[in-house]
Amino acid sequence: MDFSFLFSNFFELSITGLVLGSVYALVALGYTLVYGVLQLINFAHADVFMWGTFVVAWVFILTGASGSTTLLGAAPYLLIALVAAASASGGLAMLVERIAYRRLVRKRALSYIILISAIGASFVLSETMGIRDKVVALIDGIINAVVGLFGGHIDIVGWLSDYTSRARGVTTLPLTIKPQVVFSAGNFSVRDTDLTIILAALIMMIGLDQFIRRTRLGREIRAVAQDPEAAALMGSNSTSVVSKTFLIGGIMAGVAAVLYQIKVGATTFDLGVVLGIKAFTAAVLGGIGNLRGALLGGLLLGVVENYGSALFGTQWKDVVAFLLLVLILLVRPTGLLGQTLGRARA
Amino acid sequence: MKGFTKASAAVAVGIAAAISLAACGTTADAPGDGGSTGGSTETYKIAYQGPLTGSNAAYGTYSRAGIEVALADYAAKYPDGPKVEVDYADTQGDPALAPAVATDLINDPSVLGIVGPSFSGETNATGPAYAEAGLVTVSQSATSPALSTNHWATFHRVVAPDSAQGPAAAKLLTDIKGFKKVFVVDDSSDYGVGLGGEVRDTLGDALVGSDSVQVKDTDFSATVAKVKSSGADAIYYAGYAPEAALLLRQLRDGGYQGTFASGDGTVDAAFLTAGDFTDGTLLTFPGVLDAGDEFTKKYDALTVSDKGTIGAYTLESYDAAWVLLSGIGEGKTTRADLLDWVNNYDADGLTKHIKFSSTGEIEGASGVYYYTVDGGKTVSGGPIE
Repeated sequence: MDFSFLFSNFFELSITGLVLGSVYALVALGYTLVYGVLQLINFAHADVFMWGTFVVAWVFILTGASGSTTLLGAAPYLLIALVAAASASGGLAMLVERIAYRRLVRKRALSYIILISAIGASFVLSETMGIRDKVVALIDGIINAVVGLFGGHIDIVGWLSDYTSRARGVTTLPLTIKPQVVFSAGNFSVRDTDLTIILAALIMMIGLDQFIRRTRLGREIRAVAQDPEAAALMGSNSTSVVSKTFLIGGIMAGVAAVLYQIKVGATTFDLGVVLGIKAFTAAVLGGIGNLRGALLGGLLLGVVENYGSALFGTQWKDVVAFLLLVLILLVRPTGLLGQTLGRARA
Repeated sequence: MKGFTKASAAVAVGIAAAISLAACGTTADAPGDGGSTGGSTETYKIAYQGPLTGSNAAYGTYSRAGIEVALADYAAKYPDGPKVEVDYADTQGDPALAPAVATDLINDPSVLGIVGPSFSGETNATGPAYAEAGLVTVSQSATSPALSTNHWATFHRVVAPDSAQGPAAAKLLTDIKGFKKVFVVDDSSDYGVGLGGEVRDTLGDALVGSDSVQVKDTDFSATVAKVKSSGADAIYYAGYAPEAALLLRQLRDGGYQGTFASGDGTVDAAFLTAGDFTDGTLLTFPGVLDAGDEFTKKYDALTVSDKGTIGAYTLESYDAAWVLLSGIGEGKTTRADLLDWVNNYDADGLTKHIKFSSTGEIEGASGVYYYTVDGGKTVSGGPIE
């Protein structure tokens, strides 16, 4: 165990841990929101996030961004990517609710049946991305079979080849964002990308927290979370509320996708597997169904992973993180801030 | 635009190949059916075992280029020899998927030999099954040193093990490049642990620290902090391209200025074209990366629909395939005969003189070369001697 390394680099390990933790926290929100209103785990949520990371990459390719630039230089692309990824992830999350959840929930299906349905949606989302070259080729074939009747040809495969290449490999952002040093503290320099990611995540979290507390939709979400039937009696359309809850979770995942791309700059179709488990863990750690718990759980998990890596070696990262989860759940079975969305103070 | 032209070229080549194949088929079949009554009519197979899909799929296309050229050479040298087909079996390079693939190949009696397995992990997972079945394997790219210590009678490889690459990499960093402090990171895979261990052992006093990450990790903050605090002027990464690109980028983002070096696992487009931050990376590779004019000409002349891409281990794949194909051409058409043929093989290959020791290694040290990344391409720095 290398305590001296941990202590001498404590600040750097904390900051970089918070950066990753911010992404965990934003994705964890999606799990927590859905759990709050449905008491179900949305296993497809991490893949909604993964799609968001691809939308960011596609926006960069589409706008012709290339080379390397500073965060400020990349800001226009990032803003477009933010809108696109939030819309895409939000829409996709609503689609998941519509297809994998709505009918089953309405028919009061057993929870594990809905769980399997969500896992199915997760596979469909990730594998569709993983074989997107073949999906495009299929569409190309169908369209050209029709267009061919009139003697034409549309080269869809060719048009989209930039977006479908290396379908099962790594898709790298064509533009490399070079972080700038904002200020130095000891042996560590704090970078603008790190600060942006942490601040953006915090702002999103606070904004969402206030939204749930103060707006009409927020009150409806809390009402449905507390008692769906009573909420319905009071004139709240619970189906529409659930759908909007998925939308909010998806938008958060889209924002997380942009932040993730600022930090990592590359994505794969199976990204959701590991990140989904981590974000779900963060949600449970903080108390699932609890928005502030998701934030705390995410940040804590990111930081603990870094401390664990520093103390024992990087391959111990997950062992340390999940041991901590087990220990915390032993002491506090409902998570650190263990209360549900519905019971949150009005 | 680059992707567009590439794709349309590929489509054009594919269509041309399909047309010419169809043409060949009709012209060759008619006299063949009538004339060759005495010739062998049985079709034998050699199989490729390795990734065709997944994040390491590129290795499959590189190997395919070598195997397809070898197949064309076979047709030219043994026009009356038995018909040979190549069975491309996809494991994604995953040790968990490989055993089922190997079982299928073993149960296909027409499969006489294996080009592969491609990676060390899947070789470990399938070696005993092949040994029991007596099905000869010649790997083009499995470099974990321990593989040849298992006494699998069927195991051979035409690539130098990491026990050659590791010391050479250490020598490159210290003797040739003059680095005094080197940090070593491996990816906890069979390949990474093997190569990283060899580098660590050979570095001696120049080793200032090491860390192990994991395949599919995307955040390396703790490793970056460790590398920086060690004061290393160079870092050697023993692992594969996707993680290497992410680690290097995060090192640079974190302000680390030292030299980044890696091994054959990183010689892949996923690393080389990841961004301008890969410029200046040193890569050790147990073989020649530039295929040379003669090979490229043969490759360009191929008419099959999918002829792969020339890349890492293409020439080794050719050598591995040729060892097997020449045996079949010489009439070794049972698994036992072909195994015996490979064990006694003694001829020049494209990459080196090929003669196997009793453990399946190439006899006599084979060269490890180093390359510098410049603008997404590898520039040869010459052999490490």
